[in-house]
Amino acid sequence: MVRESFQEQLNNLRNDILLMGKLVETAIETAVTALKRQDLDLAEKVVMDDEKIDRLELDIERRCLSLLALQQPMARDLRFIGTALKINTDLERMGDYASNIAKVVLSLGEEPLIKPLVDLPRMAELAQKMVRENLAAYVNQDRDMALKAAMHDHDINILYHQVFNELLAFMTRDAANIKQATYLLFIARYLERIGDHATNLSEWIVYMITGERLELNES
Amino acid sequence: MQRMMNSVGNKMETKGLNLYYKNFQALFNVSLPVREHRVTALIGPSGCGKSTFLRTLNRMNDVIEGTRIEGEVLLDGNNIYAPGVDPVALRKKVGMVFQRPNPFPMSIFDNIAYGPRIHGIKNKETLAEIVEKSLQAAALWDEVKDRLHKSALGLSGGQQQRLVLARVLAVEPEVILMDEPASALDPISTAKLEDLIHQLKNNYTIVIVTHNMQQAARISDYTGFFLNGEMIEYDYTNNIFTAPRDKRTEDYITGRFG
Ligand SMILES: Nc1ncnc2c1ncn2[C@@H]1O[C@H](COP(=O)(O)OP(=O)(O)OP(=O)(O)O)[C@@H](O)[C@H]1O
Ligand SMILES: [Mg+2]
Repeated sequence: MVRESFQEQLNNLRNDILLMGKLVETAIETAVTALKRQDLDLAEKVVMDDEKIDRLELDIERRCLSLLALQQPMARDLRFIGTALKINTDLERMGDYASNIAKVVLSLGEEPLIKPLVDLPRMAELAQKMVRENLAAYVNQDRDMALKAAMHDHDINILYHQVFNELLAFMTRDAANIKQATYLLFIARYLERIGDHATNLSEWIVYMITGERLELNES
Repeated sequence: MQRMMNSVGNKMETKGLNLYYKNFQALFNVSLPVREHRVTALIGPSGCGKSTFLRTLNRMNDVIEGTRIEGEVLLDGNNIYAPGVDPVALRKKVGMVFQRPNPFPMSIFDNIAYGPRIHGIKNKETLAEIVEKSLQAAALWDEVKDRLHKSALGLSGGQQQRLVLARVLAVEPEVILMDEPASALDPISTAKLEDLIHQLKNNYTIVIVTHNMQQAARISDYTGFFLNGEMIEYDYTNNIFTAPRDKRTEDYITGRFG
């Protein structure tokens, strides 16, 4: 029956969105591990692996569009596919930011860091948590979990401002710090942006579950 | 119904409508507003009572033996089942287009002039005007203006359906009921009819039964979902097709019914 194959395609789509989410979560984790260890090979790997995410994004997008054209989905099916299209883009952008972080790690090279890393890994952990919780909300149709995931963005923003001020102080103190501090600032900014995209995930997952469009991003 | 805005008035409204064919109950406590100058679509599985409901809106069920009705059907606030209401006058106001185009075996002109003549219009020029205006409004004029006195039976299915619509328009109704008007039409004729419905709602109030969910989504402002003689959910069409509240509606429109 047509509807069965449709359902199967929806299931495959769900699985690939989950796969995409896992890849992104790993990319964030690996990029920040590469930073902590100043492991250039690992950073290289994150950059390479981003291509996989990009390819998957195109594939998911193509499948969503053909499902829309061929199946004319309605109601929860429509919300499911619409959500897949939107979070597919968000996840891809998050992957890009992870890759950007890895590129900064490559630029930093092996030069000793001006300060021990504390807040950046914490930001990364929160970002990963947002992805994980959103994926759980996504598979379990769990609205509360999606809202919980979005809450971490607030903490990421606080950490971002903390890091920002701290790095600014380093730069003011000694001009020799400027280059490295700027690199680290980039990383902080990328993590902060990842948090924003992860909040978009929550918004769309809530939409998928209930049809309501919430504004969860802090302005 | 809490989500409903009341900015548009009700042209018609049913209240607690029950309908029985002899001792078979076909409609259960149906309350549904029909907003003025809007298109209301009725959807639901076969046999759920859509046609039955539609026919209550202009008392077409009266002609079916053993039909009994409880509740009210209001047109401009007045119960059309009240004693003293003339069904013929009512059907002039509330016209109907059926699933199969049913042109009369006469010329195109006479098909359109049929209603106005019944209502006493005899003047040739007036009739000619009405015929042209109605055919224009039904987007059929250009295709038939050179063959008005040929038989209507020679028209294509899509043309016949627009002819029937023109025939309804000729008596200047206020409400047009359509029972699956596009089910026998090809995609181009269907698209023409849908465009037409879109234009007609400026001047008329339209209720349409359709099995084509995409069609309901495209052309209607409000949608009512029927199941087993009950009206399960009524809302803005956009809400029904993106985020219905009732699981039964959801299952039906996503094709997971039964
Ligand atoms: N004249 C009649 N006498 C007895 N029962 C009838 C009559 N007309 C319809 N019914 C019954 O009433 C119920 C509703 O029929 P109705 O034609 O209104 O359904 P519908 O929703 O229009 O279906 P479809 O989509 O197939 O046109 C059905 O069970 C049908 O068998
Ligand atoms: Mg019917």
